[in-house]
Amino acid sequence: MSDTASPRFLRPLKAPAEHVGHAITFERSLLLDSGHELAPFTTAYMTYGTLNAERSNAVLALHALSGDQFVAGMHPVTGKPGWWHLMVGPGKAIDTDRYFVICANVVGGCMGTTGPGEIDPTTGEPYGLTFPLVTIRDMVRAQAMLLDALRIEQLLCVLGGSMGGMQALQWPVSYPQRVFSAMPIAMAARHSAQNIAFHEVGRQAIMADPNWQGGNYGRSDANPSKGLAVARMAAHITYLSEAALQRKFGRNLQDRDALSFGFDADFQIESYLRHQGMTFVDRFDANSYLYMTRAMDYFDLAADYDGQLAQAFRDTPTRFCIVSFTSDWLFPTVENKRVAHALNAAGANVSFVEIESDRGHDAFLLDEPELFATVRGFLNAAAAAKGIP
Amino acid sequence: MKQSLAPLRPDLAAIAGMVPAGARVLDIGCGDGALLEHLVTAKSVDGRGLELNQQNVNACVARGLSVVQGDADTDLGEYPSSIFDIAILSQTIQATRRPQYVLSQLLRIGRRTIVSLPNFGHWRVRLSLLARGRMPVTDALGYRWFETPNIHLCTIADFVALTNDAGAHIERALALRASGATHEMHPSAWGPNLFAEGAIFLLAKR
Repeated sequence: MSDTASPRFLRPLKAPAEHVGHAITFERSLLLDSGHELAPFTTAYMTYGTLNAERSNAVLALHALSGDQFVAGMHPVTGKPGWWHLMVGPGKAIDTDRYFVICANVVGGCMGTTGPGEIDPTTGEPYGLTFPLVTIRDMVRAQAMLLDALRIEQLLCVLGGSMGGMQALQWPVSYPQRVFSAMPIAMAARHSAQNIAFHEVGRQAIMADPNWQGGNYGRSDANPSKGLAVARMAAHITYLSEAALQRKFGRNLQDRDALSFGFDADFQIESYLRHQGMTFVDRFDANSYLYMTRAMDYFDLAADYDGQLAQAFRDTPTRFCIVSFTSDWLFPTVENKRVAHALNAAGANVSFVEIESDRGHDAFLLDEPELFATVRGFLNAAAAAKGIP
Repeated sequence: MKQSLAPLRPDLAAIAGMVPAGARVLDIGCGDGALLEHLVTAKSVDGRGLELNQQNVNACVARGLSVVQGDADTDLGEYPSSIFDIAILSQTIQATRRPQYVLSQLLRIGRRTIVSLPNFGHWRVRLSLLARGRMPVTDALGYRWFETPNIHLCTIADFVALTNDAGAHIERALALRASGATHEMHPSAWGPNLFAEGAIFLLAKR
């Protein structure tokens, strides 16, 4: 940590609310996998609970594609509870009375961390597409800089789902000594062709919006909200399951007794998706969406190890727990299990839990008591093994 | 894991007695984790489990144990050689599809292997078949033939022969009585093969 520039707390986030979390700007540049350097570089983050005197009870929660640093409590933009409020809080599975929970907005994000919506200091204009591509490993590298600044040598646990799960898997590979335990949830060690395909549909929807202007909408008042909404609608389908959609919506009509013989949102599912799309554009940046999806597409952990995933985990000291959901077809059990098998082959300390749920990929964010029991049991066992009272 | 532990089943307690403190242990077919939890808590082992039933796995992890869902018949091959000090297969070998393969994998991944099994040579079993002409249903083997998961039952003598074929050295052999009592036995003695309800073997690769 000797090479860490002392952090400066520069500016409030752009998020329009009183409490927008912490922001820390590094003078040291963030070196990216693409070869680019980001400097200065800002990370926006939130913390919950108290760091103990030994600085040993820190838990890093890692957000998914559309998430941000607001894990628990009230989100300043949406006014809704944080993305993992069911999981994180006093007395919850990740008990903030015991653990110090950190969550940082990832690099390339749009809640205060340096991303394509921020001003490029060299031009005075928003980065737009001149922002370098970021990878999952870049996100992890940025988080490690934050930990340096917070003077936390080792995390008790890193955990997250989906894109957060990818980071939770990358963390112990990038920094094996800094991760006592890791819980990647509903993820894969590589993005599948089908998943890249869905992301490409979303990106093309954004780019087809005339307001996108080659990514330069930040210089005008226009916003490619239509394109971003469509991208969100398409992606949202992949987060659910056919069974859950059928159970929740079926062919029910929305505010009407008969079909309209037109293209209004006759069906509840249409109305629901439109609502999901519309509310998303209020809190998310279209260019950030491009960068986040690309980072996930590029993720292939075994690629650096001649395709041998087990080699990535060789001699790992980290305790792992992999979690999947039966109805998740975006990151199906088979992909999660592949990681568990590779960890076994590396002789790692690994658990693998598959949870029965019909709620699809989104189950990791929802009220799933078996997930809570798993997280609680794994985290408390890690704390006991690390000697945390 | 701080709650007081329920007393272990006698056969599991006998297995636990063979495990040195602090060992790196894989419990194959660990069920609800009773033995594993005991070993982690009482013997400070670095314990892992492999269990077929997902509900059992989830319960184990919720108790803080390191357990993966998997099948002994297919998944043991992925572990590196000699990665564990002790590999345990408790009351499971008779339910595997390929007992010989499973045993050879155990001997490969563990420096020592502990196998416990029900004895199909027990006199009640023999008598049931001889006198009634029906497949035996006993306290130790409580399933009827059409519903039993035990597809590869064997006698103590059969298993001893298999260990020979697998190139294993029997370091210790315990006979399990119906009362739960255990006592040392000579592996090839005829007595235990007739009177023991089960047996526990501590094996090493020759």
